[in-house]
Amino acid sequence: MAVKVGIPRTLSYYTYHPMWKTFLEELGAEVVVSNWTTREILDQGVKEAVSEACVPIKLFHGHVMDLLGKVDLLFIPRLVSTRGRKVFCPKFLGLPDMVRYSIENLPPLIDVRVDLRNGRRELWRVCCRVAEYFGGGFLRTLRAYLKSLKALARFERLLRSGLTAPEAIKAWGRGMDASDVISTGRGKQCKPDLRFAVLGYPYEIYDPFVSVDLVGKLRELGVEVVTSEMLAPEVLRRQSARLGKELFWMYSDEALKAAYHFFEYGGVDGIIHVTAFGCGPDSMVDKMMELEAKRCRQIPFMSLMIDEHTGDAGVRTRLEAFVDMVRRHERSLPGGGGPN
Amino acid sequence: MKISFPHMGTSPIAFKMLVRDLGHEVVVPPRPSTRTLSLGTEYAPEFACLPLKILLGTYLEVLEQGADTIVTTGGVGPCRAGLYAELQKKILEDLGYEFKMVVLEPPRWGYLDFLRKLRFLKGDRSWSELWRVIKKAWSKVKALDDTEKALHWVRPRELEQGSSTRTYQRALKLLDDACTEEEIKQARLEALRMMKSVPMDPDREVLKVGIVGEIYVVLEPASNLDLERMLGEMGVEVNRSIFLTGWTRDNAVLDSARVKHGVTVKKAAAPYMPEMIGGHGQDSVGHTILYAQDGFDGVVQLAPFTCIPEIVARSLMPQVSRDYDIPVLTFFLDEQTGEAGVRTRLEAFVDLLWRRRRKRAGAGLYKPVASPAAR
Repeated sequence: MAVKVGIPRTLSYYTYHPMWKTFLEELGAEVVVSNWTTREILDQGVKEAVSEACVPIKLFHGHVMDLLGKVDLLFIPRLVSTRGRKVFCPKFLGLPDMVRYSIENLPPLIDVRVDLRNGRRELWRVCCRVAEYFGGGFLRTLRAYLKSLKALARFERLLRSGLTAPEAIKAWGRGMDASDVISTGRGKQCKPDLRFAVLGYPYEIYDPFVSVDLVGKLRELGVEVVTSEMLAPEVLRRQSARLGKELFWMYSDEALKAAYHFFEYGGVDGIIHVTAFGCGPDSMVDKMMELEAKRCRQIPFMSLMIDEHTGDAGVRTRLEAFVDMVRRHERSLPGGGGPN
Repeated sequence: MKISFPHMGTSPIAFKMLVRDLGHEVVVPPRPSTRTLSLGTEYAPEFACLPLKILLGTYLEVLEQGADTIVTTGGVGPCRAGLYAELQKKILEDLGYEFKMVVLEPPRWGYLDFLRKLRFLKGDRSWSELWRVIKKAWSKVKALDDTEKALHWVRPRELEQGSSTRTYQRALKLLDDACTEEEIKQARLEALRMMKSVPMDPDREVLKVGIVGEIYVVLEPASNLDLERMLGEMGVEVNRSIFLTGWTRDNAVLDSARVKHGVTVKKAAAPYMPEMIGGHGQDSVGHTILYAQDGFDGVVQLAPFTCIPEIVARSLMPQVSRDYDIPVLTFFLDEQTGEAGVRTRLEAFVDLLWRRRRKRAGAGLYKPVASPAAR
């Protein structure tokens, strides 16, 4: 019987899942993903994690709990750096340690260290270390490695063509195109007349429970959603010059650069920053966005904090109010509106 | 140029002299007060950590007093402290202040940038002059730290509560007045003599507690509600894992630990936390282990609320505490932390430590340790 490997459906799931799933399955493992976030999973996480941790980290603990007893191995790589010189938040760096010492009766962890600053071949070396757990030979590992790179490239292409991460993961799994998802997968919705940038971390925006289905709600209100993952890396890189000192953390850096991009070039009618209660890096990101929003007053900006108690009605009310305000703002502009 | 800088423990005494020696005017940052914190809290992001808020409040106060240049340090991350200056500058500029912020980044990040900033700060002094005044300031920092270490030893043994703290204030004044290398040397000896001459009972049995955590809240008494004093007056000799004089000197203090166990702090922490996660997270874990091996009675971990590295450290502490059999008490400090709450928790902790020591003494497990200052 195949070895069952558990992957928690949060944090880096929304960024790297297709790649790891492909790689692990090519090595002969059976990948078990934890369930979509529910109230129980979140409550479990809040119970197990250290009380000062941020919501996403607590949620991660909950997803690990959800996998207990169902898997033989847990895949929790220690993500240090995957893009350029940027690193992950210190909580990602200590994630395997936090999980190991907070939760009892854990299956063995695959906690390989992923630090791609160590050179071009580092990812291959990381994959080899993962393959050791499954006893894959050289050729098998190489084939899995190449396939997983292809999977990641295809997944990122799907993201760039305007899909959210869960949509892109679904499309990737079923071999669909972005246009198929847009035409069939999204159900009934009116034709969007507004375009919002929703910025924040993939594991906050795309988790339908934590974000109280923010993206879906916006679409119902006739708003097209753009996220920082839908922007090309070059677009973000262009903003480097405008930041004095760049942020250290990959996700935060991308969110902030995306905000700077939209404030500079427009193309959206409003910007929403989604931030989690207790998030360390976000305290800086949010303030910097706010200061930038003060300088570029033509684009309305809202920051939305989510926590373990966020309710559906509260978020809906705030979104509706914001959308109404943007619509009124558009009408008051000379020429009667349209994206600026 | 009117220069100011962050307030951290006793260091302003040395930096004040350094800035004056370079021929600039200095605006000495006031000890952080309730007003400092309210100012900082008002303009800083809600979830920023306590040091950012206190520093922002301090900057607002020194700018009010007419400072036009603020010198501070940067960092390479991934701790947020490396970006403090960037954000604080943006916030202050948004509030309409005009000033220059000189952020000293670690030289290995860019020697030229570092030298350029030094050249700006040294004004019309020569490079050799700069070197001389920095060396002198360093001697003063060392003297300040030595005096504070003496205070940590004397305080739990004093006969009249508060007498060592009063003597310490006089000793600081003495060090403050010393201006030349020779005077600093004399002042240091005199300060240490003063501390030793406080009426005390050197044979009193005291508890030994190590203090670990994030550097700012450990070093700045105003941010931790004078926790060291509270502990000292409860009859606890504290040993702080961090001093401004840094690693070289730290290692001298923990010398016995290093020689005896042959490990560095990082190595000690490695089984629990192999990754450098920024800030002092790894150090907190490592020092806790070294304190345990050194026979300390307990450890107090100080961390600002939402501090990322310390949260990671905190989640491993229960395991470290079990494995090495050492009680650890963690404080997450923020603008809401009140003295009474801290005192109550400390009293309970000290009670627990005494009971534990009695029990171990009964079982023959407890071996008294010599204090570094006593040797």
